[in-house]
Amino acid sequence: MAAYEGIIADLIEELGRLPGVGPKSAQRIAFHILAADPAEVQRLAAVLTEVKSKVRFCEICGNVSEDVQCRICRDPRRDPSILCVVEEAKDVVAIERTREFRGRYHVLGGAINPIDGVGPDDLRIRELMTRLADGAVQEIIIATDPNVEGEATATYLARMLRPMGLTISRLASGLPVGGDLEYADEITLGRAFEGRRSIDV
Amino acid sequence: MYVSDLALTDFRSYAQVVVAFEPGITALVGPNGQGKTNLVESLGYLATFTSHRVASDAALVRRGSSRAVIQAKVVRSGRPATLELELVAGKANRARINRSALPRARDLLGRLRTVVFAPEDLALVKGDPDGRRRFLDELLVLLSPKLAGVRSDYERVIKQRNALLKSAGTSRRAGSGPDLRTLDVWDEKAATAGAQLIAARVTAVRGLRPHVESAYERVSSAQSAAELGYRSSLEQTMSDGDRAPGAAVTAEESLTNAHLVQARLLDAMSRLRPKEIERGVSLVGPHRDDLELQLGGLPARGYASHGESWSLALALRLASYELLRADTDFESDGEPVLILDDVFAELDNRRRARLADLVADAEQVLITSAVAEDVPEGLAGARYDVMDGAVTRVR
Ligand SMILES: [Zn+2]
Repeated sequence: MAAYEGIIADLIEELGRLPGVGPKSAQRIAFHILAADPAEVQRLAAVLTEVKSKVRFCEICGNVSEDVQCRICRDPRRDPSILCVVEEAKDVVAIERTREFRGRYHVLGGAINPIDGVGPDDLRIRELMTRLADGAVQEIIIATDPNVEGEATATYLARMLRPMGLTISRLASGLPVGGDLEYADEITLGRAFEGRRSIDV
Repeated sequence: MYVSDLALTDFRSYAQVVVAFEPGITALVGPNGQGKTNLVESLGYLATFTSHRVASDAALVRRGSSRAVIQAKVVRSGRPATLELELVAGKANRARINRSALPRARDLLGRLRTVVFAPEDLALVKGDPDGRRRFLDELLVLLSPKLAGVRSDYERVIKQRNALLKSAGTSRRAGSGPDLRTLDVWDEKAATAGAQLIAARVTAVRGLRPHVESAYERVSSAQSAAELGYRSSLEQTMSDGDRAPGAAVTAEESLTNAHLVQARLLDAMSRLRPKEIERGVSLVGPHRDDLELQLGGLPARGYASHGESWSLALALRLASYELLRADTDFESDGEPVLILDDVFAELDNRRRARLADLVADAEQVLITSAVAEDVPEGLAGARYDVMDGAVTRVR
């Protein structure tokens, strides 16, 4: 790739750090920004700054939130007895789209992954146990990704939760194996919710 | 089944090539380096998602391009289907059937079956266990495409498990307590996937056995008999005291039972745990197993002559072909396309003639050869010259 100078090179480099953006795309986005209307670029810059200062993680479930607690945790109509455990906040969005689930969430912040050095202490498992202590939650649906790491995390959690006498289930098969929850279409994901199966541990 | 049309885009040396084939025998003739092997390699890749020549898919994409596309029209029981696979360097493959995209590329597996004979096959007999495991696993995927997922899950699980064992070993040596809280989970995942693989492999070995025996007899002048067995790391990790009398007889059969194998794998892992932590690797499972080949009771790897080794390698491929052809579980028309890639040049006249004899009746045989004279007379059929990336029908 041709070498750009100064601030343009910086911009391409920063864009290239984003997930899914290769060097060629970074260059394309950079030149799109250069050619764009200044007001449009101002809006993008403002939103970037704002999102970082305003959005934080819900103190209860770990979902992204503009307040101390997220909208779902604050919503009194949500069923407090069912908890859906997911890897990332984007999975909450995917499941919300199905409109199948009326309980609340717990976001782990990843999956067990020894290659990347992620163990149980690096996930929000302790927070999950604290949340379960008051006995309000009766059923847990484990909705980690249908790949090797997600399955391992599900099994680990299920073993840990089993002695607490909760109903524990895993999203039914039919989800694309080896994939990402967020890429499952709404109908498949909705069906997976209806057909969730209890986990044998 | 047979391939009626093949189109390659940015695959290997080809920017673009389109070739029409017919059932029966087709020879692709041209000097080395002119692109004839690339044509048949693409079909082998479409069938197994692996190349018989390179380990890395990146080499399959033409230099300077970001993606390669293999398209083939496959006729099975008289019904054509267009298979398409797009290889993007460093990314997951994308597959389509009759122009509609598949959710996972893996769903394309099983639509085309090939058995490839190649000069590299000598390593099946003379080389490391790794090549023999790959031979078995590729056959499994052709027989039962869902095992492709089990196989890739297993490989991933073993990588994760090894990473955990390694870090546990490091912290143990540093004097702190290793974090083994998730090891049980990885044991379970490894045992579940590993047992399915072992059971399927041993079942395949049992299916191959009579075909290998008879094919070896027919290819060689058969002074000694060929035998094959599945050598499991489960057996090797057992101490002699664990072995019940007469266990050897039933050992192989018990390995076809995935439930039983799973329990034995878990048991072996718990016994081997201190050693595994010390060494930082998984010591038991299908990734440590081997396909044992013997001639007249002696290990072929150490004792077989060059000619005997070739006969045995051919017998393994021919047996795969017979097993796939006889596979009645397959929806319909399980007969694979036979690909003989530059293999006649490796063989003496007697083996050439016998191999030609054994494959002459196959539904489709694609042969590549540097010189037309290397193709045995019994295999006369359509001929294409392949020169500098151009494929020309010779009338
Ligand atoms: Zn929340």
